[in-house]
Amino acid sequence: MATTKAPVAKPKINLLGFEQAEYKGGPSTLCPGCGHDSISSRIVSVCFELGIQPYQMAKFSGIGCSSKTPAYFLGRSHGFNSVHGRMPSVATGALVANRNLVGLAVSGDGDTGSIGLGQFKHMVRRNVPMIYIIENNGVYGLTKGQFSATADIGQKLKYAGLNELPPIDLCTEAIIGGCTFVARSFAGDPKQVEALLKAAFSHRGMAVIDIISPCVTFNNNEDSTKSYAYGKEHEERLHDMTFVPAREEITVDYAEGEVKPVTMHDGSTVILKKLENAYDPTNRLEALTRLEEARANQEFITGLIYVKPEGAPTIHDMVHMTDQPLTQLPDSKLRPSREALTSVLQDLL
Amino acid sequence: MAVVDYQTEPRPAEIASGDLNINDFAIIVATPNGSGSQTANNTLLRAFFNMGIPVTGKNLFPSNIKGLPTWYSIRLSKDGYQARRHKKDILVAMNPATAQDDLKDLEPGGVCLYPNDSRMELARTDITYYPMPVKELVKNSGVGVDLRDYIANMVYVGVLAHLLGIEIAQIESALSKHFKGKAKAIQVNMGVVNAAVEWSQANLQTPCQFRCEPMAQTAGKLMLDGNTAAALGAVFGGVTVAAWYPITPSTSVIDGLNDYLPRLRMDPETGQPNYAVIQAEDELAAIGMVLGAGWAGARAMTSTSGPGLSLMAEFAGFSYFAEVPAVIWDVMRMGPSTGMPTRTSQGDILSAYFLSHGDTQQVCLLPGSVIECFEFGYLAFDFAERLQTLIIVLSDLDLGMNQWMSDTFEYPEQPLDRGKVLHAEDLKQIESWGRYRDVDGDGIAYRTLPGTNHPNAAYFTRGSGHNADAKYTERSDEWMENLDRLAKKFQTARTILPKPLEMNHENATAGLISYGSNDPAVIEALDRLREQKVNVAYQRIRALPFAAEVGDFLAKYERVYVVENNYNGQMAQLLRMEYPAYAARVVALANCDGLPLTARWITEAVVEQEG
Ligand SMILES: Cc1ncc(C[n+]2csc(CCOP(=O)(O)OP(=O)(O)O)c2C)c(N)n1
Ligand code: SF4
Ligand SMILES: [Mg+2]
Repeated sequence: MATTKAPVAKPKINLLGFEQAEYKGGPSTLCPGCGHDSISSRIVSVCFELGIQPYQMAKFSGIGCSSKTPAYFLGRSHGFNSVHGRMPSVATGALVANRNLVGLAVSGDGDTGSIGLGQFKHMVRRNVPMIYIIENNGVYGLTKGQFSATADIGQKLKYAGLNELPPIDLCTEAIIGGCTFVARSFAGDPKQVEALLKAAFSHRGMAVIDIISPCVTFNNNEDSTKSYAYGKEHEERLHDMTFVPAREEITVDYAEGEVKPVTMHDGSTVILKKLENAYDPTNRLEALTRLEEARANQEFITGLIYVKPEGAPTIHDMVHMTDQPLTQLPDSKLRPSREALTSVLQDLL
Repeated sequence: MAVVDYQTEPRPAEIASGDLNINDFAIIVATPNGSGSQTANNTLLRAFFNMGIPVTGKNLFPSNIKGLPTWYSIRLSKDGYQARRHKKDILVAMNPATAQDDLKDLEPGGVCLYPNDSRMELARTDITYYPMPVKELVKNSGVGVDLRDYIANMVYVGVLAHLLGIEIAQIESALSKHFKGKAKAIQVNMGVVNAAVEWSQANLQTPCQFRCEPMAQTAGKLMLDGNTAAALGAVFGGVTVAAWYPITPSTSVIDGLNDYLPRLRMDPETGQPNYAVIQAEDELAAIGMVLGAGWAGARAMTSTSGPGLSLMAEFAGFSYFAEVPAVIWDVMRMGPSTGMPTRTSQGDILSAYFLSHGDTQQVCLLPGSVIECFEFGYLAFDFAERLQTLIIVLSDLDLGMNQWMSDTFEYPEQPLDRGKVLHAEDLKQIESWGRYRDVDGDGIAYRTLPGTNHPNAAYFTRGSGHNADAKYTERSDEWMENLDRLAKKFQTARTILPKPLEMNHENATAGLISYGSNDPAVIEALDRLREQKVNVAYQRIRALPFAAEVGDFLAKYERVYVVENNYNGQMAQLLRMEYPAYAARVVALANCDGLPLTARWITEAVVEQEG
């Protein structure tokens, strides 16, 4: 049996000497009980615990209730609440401009799966190094309850009626697009959300976390697969996760075969205690198969569905750009010399 | 009319020296698209330029890769006029499909060269015809069959060299430039040129009334297209992020960046690029990337044309309201949507100025020459960062893709203007700041960049309602305060953007306003008008919103002709709207036929009203 040491009480001050309050944002204006708010809290505590420098973070979102949330966490970080479905391009531009920024994006199932599917998939292709959270409630919250592209086929809603279209699985889309860190979780499972977020911070490349995040106002009936009740009842964790930062020693004892340690690009470790028989999240094909099985059998699987522990070349590698952030280049490196102009004009004479 | 298979004897013509036309004529080469005529046409253009003769080249091409008709016109002008000539003097009829129509476009007394196996009808009797044995000469050249079609065009280069007196050495030097010194290619092409010259010397005794003679008018001048100049300007303006989606006629702006950036902007220390050029999945993504990069503090740009500009509309409004610097080069073409994508037009004036929804007005620059494409290439970033807003540079296909002779470019004298940015050290000095506070009274607030290491640096950028401290608001008073400040900023823009340029005339009885690539045609038209004793003053607008000088100009003349290349007279409409008191003075002279305006059209249109 694997044993974990009893959790130590969280310190009041993190590595950087900041209190948790430094990672909070403005007060939320979402409906009380909205799944999105609980995810904001997870972001706050993870960034606090990991000792993330707030000024190095950049938050991005599209439009929707979910996309409003970057105003409710990390008030000491710059944020860009962009336009509906187009946040991936904004984040791409910003992170190419300043490669030192740590990007964290929040989107909704409508923002990513409907209007923004194209930009989402192209961002995955470009492997923009950042965390991309989808707060997935199966509806458009902000426009009051229309079906989104992740709603189940056959679902009925008071306002929207019957949904006759099959859902898009955003984890599947991400894996097919070449994403090297793909996870699914549940807003009602704070421990797992936190472990996944921590692991995502250690990933080299884009990390997509699709979090079922109930909309208490428009889609929380027990028969909805995006409701709290359904999630609590049906969540099937692929594994239990513990994140061990690179700087800490691994203190988890485990018996051979029961636990799979995954060493991330930055030397930290994700310890996956197997719950489901021999699920290997580092096997891309297996991940796709498991997602397809889950779809066919209406299973709500959560956990790290696919990871390539070493990550993959990012957009920064693809454009071969210089190590210094483009935004920090001095003017002398932005404008070529007088002689350079004379020399290029020579060819045009 | 007789259909002639092979006419060996051109119409004999005795040319009195008075009829000689030296360095003041236009050639049009008609070919099927994709037949490789570009090498031949560039060679001719360069050769004239090398001979010191003022010359311009315009490509009129279809939206097609192979087969449809295409034309290349070359205008020699000893007086330095650069506009499109209404009719042409010399036709090289390589495309039987259009030959009949092409012939109609020749001035009386013109010249027509055609392949001797062409079944074209020599329908006009006031033209001198020169059949060329293209097939034979190409066959004798020993060039492989696969290259014959391409090389065939060098025959007319050789025949024209003989007829017009183009210096062979200049043709060779032009080819050398074209093929970047590749000996084999130069040799093959020169082989055909020389064969054609020899054939012409032996067979075409008749003198031609069109001659080119060396001048000294091109020393120190450049020959290039506006898009290349724009790219070079952007490179000297410090562009670091360019995101784009291919569309004619703007693609060559990015091609220019891809040419010059690796040459000029590799990091001296690391040897790595100090820039990133990203081909986006569409124009929405391209402008999104530009806004993200501009927000982060990069000098970011995209280039596009009408359809792409339409797709960028939502982000354009975001840039306006959230005040994010961005630059779009809109190289205008005929619309709507695909319209006539390879034909020029200035149809985006109003849609660019009002791009987006909800009370937006955008700052636009209107380059009127390749020099201004270069200058606005770097100034656009200065204005974007100074005004913290989108700058749309409105070029067009004629300016962007055609070859223009230009004075050389001056190195930018002013340092980069990075606008109002508070860095960590600045924040230490001040007690508090608010992203949208109007501290200086010019409507322009201070911004911080992500990554600034100061606890007060961060703010939240949003398109939705925000107050002076960038906090969410739906309060009417706070929203209106923001709108008033944006309006004030727009007034500030009027004072710092490039002023209009004027050519006054003491006896002017009317004014003429134009912009962009119409400039050369207007300048030429003013000379023609003066010859007819019609004196008009000319103002060329270079930016929107209008500078105060535009109102002053309207105040001076009872009639002001607004000359532009679109159907609805868009600039005229804008002038009437912004200056209602002078609305009745504004006379729209708009033409939209897919071609650059000509001096003749402008002259006639003005004379009709003034004469
Ligand atoms: C271009 C555009 N179209 C439509 C809208 C209206 N709109 C706002 S939010 C939204 C749906 C958001 O759904 P989702 O991303 O799932 O977020 P949620 O509110 O459910 O968290 C829509 C359609 C918009 N803001 N912009
Ligand atoms: S409408 Fe739904 S998604 Fe929006 S805040 Fe309320 S509960 Fe959350
Ligand atoms: Mg939703």
